[in-house]
Amino acid sequence: MAETVVDGRIQADAGAAPAPEPFRRRHVLDLDDFSPGEIRRVLDTADVMKEILRRPIKKVPTLRGKTVVTLFYEASTRTRVSFEVAAKNLGADTVSVAASTSSVTKGESLVDTLCTLQALGADAVVIRHSYSGAPYLAARVLKGSVINAGDGWHAHPTQGLLDAYTVRSRLGELSGRRVLILGDVLHSRVARSAIWSMTKLGAEVTVCGPATLLPSWWVQTAARNGGEVMPGLRLSTDLDSAIEGVDVVMALRLQLERMQSGLLPSMREYVRMYQLNAARLARAKPGALVMHPGPMNEGIEIAPDVAHGAQSVVEEQVANGVAIRMALLYLLIGPNVNLPLEGEKR
Amino acid sequence: MTELWIVNGRLLDPSQGMDGPFNVRVVDGLVADLGPIAPPADTPPERIIDAQGKVVCPGFVDLHVHLRQPGFEEKETMATGTMAAAAGGFTTVVAMPNTRPTIDTAADVEFVLDTARREGVVRVLTTGTVTKGQKGEELSEMGEMAEAGAVAFTDDGHVVANPKLMRHALEYSRMLGRPIAQHCESPELAAGGFMHEGRISALLGLRGIPSAAEESVVARDIALCRLTGGHIHFQHISTAGAVELIRSAKEEGLSVTAEVTPHHLLLTEDWVAGGKWASPSVLARWGRIPTEPYDTNTRVSPPLRSEEDAAALVAALKEGVFDAIATDHAPHTVVDKECEFGLAASGISGLETALGALMVLVHSGELDLMTLIRYLTCEPARVLQIPSGTLRKGSPADITIFDPEAEWTVEPRRFFSKGRNTPLAGLTLRGKVMTTLVGGEVVFDGRRPAPGAEQ
Amino acid sequence: MVSKSIMTADDVRRALTRMAHEIVEWNQGTDRLVLVGLRTRGVPLAQRIASRIAEFEGVSVPLGQLDVTLYRDDVMTRGPMPLGPTAIPVDITDKRIVLVDDVLYTGRTIRAAMDALVDYGRPEVIRLMVLIDRGHRELPIRADFVGKNLPTSRDEDVHVHLVETDGVDEVVLTR
Repeated sequence: MAETVVDGRIQADAGAAPAPEPFRRRHVLDLDDFSPGEIRRVLDTADVMKEILRRPIKKVPTLRGKTVVTLFYEASTRTRVSFEVAAKNLGADTVSVAASTSSVTKGESLVDTLCTLQALGADAVVIRHSYSGAPYLAARVLKGSVINAGDGWHAHPTQGLLDAYTVRSRLGELSGRRVLILGDVLHSRVARSAIWSMTKLGAEVTVCGPATLLPSWWVQTAARNGGEVMPGLRLSTDLDSAIEGVDVVMALRLQLERMQSGLLPSMREYVRMYQLNAARLARAKPGALVMHPGPMNEGIEIAPDVAHGAQSVVEEQVANGVAIRMALLYLLIGPNVNLPLEGEKR
Repeated sequence: MTELWIVNGRLLDPSQGMDGPFNVRVVDGLVADLGPIAPPADTPPERIIDAQGKVVCPGFVDLHVHLRQPGFEEKETMATGTMAAAAGGFTTVVAMPNTRPTIDTAADVEFVLDTARREGVVRVLTTGTVTKGQKGEELSEMGEMAEAGAVAFTDDGHVVANPKLMRHALEYSRMLGRPIAQHCESPELAAGGFMHEGRISALLGLRGIPSAAEESVVARDIALCRLTGGHIHFQHISTAGAVELIRSAKEEGLSVTAEVTPHHLLLTEDWVAGGKWASPSVLARWGRIPTEPYDTNTRVSPPLRSEEDAAALVAALKEGVFDAIATDHAPHTVVDKECEFGLAASGISGLETALGALMVLVHSGELDLMTLIRYLTCEPARVLQIPSGTLRKGSPADITIFDPEAEWTVEPRRFFSKGRNTPLAGLTLRGKVMTTLVGGEVVFDGRRPAPGAEQ
Repeated sequence: MVSKSIMTADDVRRALTRMAHEIVEWNQGTDRLVLVGLRTRGVPLAQRIASRIAEFEGVSVPLGQLDVTLYRDDVMTRGPMPLGPTAIPVDITDKRIVLVDDVLYTGRTIRAAMDALVDYGRPEVIRLMVLIDRGHRELPIRADFVGKNLPTSRDEDVHVHLVETDGVDEVVLTR
């Protein structure tokens, strides 16, 4: 029989038992202010959700009658579908709004759109936007819950959570694990969120890439402090040494436009110095996990054989994404956390 | 003859080194006498202003305000902007030329001055552009504009990017006896940036504007100043690095002046993050940081910088590296600010909160009141060589009366300015302007519009 | 609060032994029998039934556990509840399921459990075993195998304690 994962103690007596820490959040905008306990609560809930995904009927009626709106200003099939599947699996209704930021008109369009969704009575709005901070604006305007599905360079909290979850599922507790995040960290919301989720669970994270693709403040701070940026976070521009003995390597997608902005001399040089290939991977711990948020530029930031090799958990990341998003939807718009616990009835 | 007395206050006039319980007698709009004098017994009460418990000083001079007229009247007009100035204790303001159309010609200058005379409640001086349309390509008709009354030239909002053109602008303006005021920001280094490049931008995922964007232009312009002998006035300096450069330039005797804003002295990049990662000392200054993360009211150009930069600016002010505190009052409509951070207009509506905010430095003991008033009155006047900012006998009776201890809460809905964009909303400040006089006439008597009153 | 003992450890033991026999008798053996315990205390009860059946029939009956939180009709209003794991180790289509729980009261938990089960497949039949039936049904649900019928009033509470979860076997009524 499966062991109890969530509540370490079985309830001794209804009413006197310690309830799990209520998930007292209305929104999920960033992971920087999540406590380790909150992160674990999400991961543990995702364990339960994962079991639902293994059933013949992958659906529970818990969020019946709730409406989840996905408002995506950046095209993204993968993440949007993941959220919609998650919502539907919990019995909620979904509405998908694909807006575009290609027009020159200002954020009137965002605020106006949000007010319209408000009138629709959306219980949760999942927003992806190319401007950092847009979800905070949404959270100020909307009465329902806002989930950030990626804003500019700032945060992608559900990705950070599913990445931590993937590591935990494969390697157990993250405490003491060494994680390498490799590539264009400066422009990466995935990197920032993974840094928060992993360090809060006790992992040591190193970011590695060319100096022009790392935040300048971190480069300067690391130079002053022997490679440390802040507790739990280190920085290196030398991949071959940074990858030694790590448990996890997460490769980030390199946008091809970075060369035009004068940040990189050529793709060739980037590949030579920073591509995650088999030879470099061999310097990591045996069995180290290879992760990538997708979509992958095979042959650029990651060699094809590594992308599809035995150590790659990229597909699991995608599957875990649905479970994590189900967990968050359940925690955010599921049981009303403001009501007191009543005695159990059968 | 009209006579007015201001009595019982603490008279602070840095231009005369006066600080004491002195009264002021105003006759026909000019300062007739000040000192331990008293009004005659038969003076009608409406001709006496009792300044008990208050400071009486020269009306403040703001070298940098955006009155937005012509062209952006939805953001501000001469009427609303000057009323905001009066409520902030400012009796002379210098308008920026980045209007629509920009102030490029004598006719534009005349328009501004005429409109101000008709509709403004305080004295308005105007600048003209350095280059036509502020495009940075051809010099504007600075000679004609100077004749029409322009006091300085600036492409504010933009930097004069071409160093050769800037050189010629300095040579030309020197001939006219007017300074070039520069918004120091390298377009290439600052391109696409929304906030200070540093600790907070790394965490918020916002493209940053490095300090070098300002420092590189300041260094360049100091060299050009040395070459041409022209007078360069550095606007809204925000970096410790620029402070160093300006200090050296002044020590060398170059014709360099500089201004700093209240928000750069008092706020930091932490405000953009809603105070999430603020150090204890940053939090201690205000007790709490009232902004939310990505609050567009913290988006300003140049950006709010680090704690170290702010500390360097305060030290520089005390030392005399700066010649003026200028608000860079930049009102915007709600629509311009209620949007994504990256799309929001830059600027803070600062006239009405300037004194209250600056008093934080006085109450903490970092700055004494005489120094603060000096950099709000006679020193800014000296930059432009105008006769304001003083209560010497015979000066126009431009007077500000404020209560240094009165507490009040910042409520943008009750601003005279159309611009409600301030990060200080909701904070309680200690230091409040009670009465402002221009030419002996009361232009602000302490009363504010009710919340939501249409203007 | 007044507390009265309804069943001692021995009473519980005898009731479980009797019900294990009743189940096998009803099913005419162990063919296609599956026990599913409802979290929380239904799980150790189902385990005990399964071990008794193994003792006297020599057969290990498949054992599952079900957390019905996500199917509860009051899931939105009850406040935070822990989500326990669900594990149904066999395909339940055409099987003969016995749901096992400690107390049957309003019947709503059982309704939720049936909704959950049918998402796993189409059993041939579902029966219900409870240690205590305390009456006051709000839905048309009945127990097929009952340890003890206990008429109660609504302001009373029935607490089942088991060694596996609470350190002792007993059933207590409190008012």
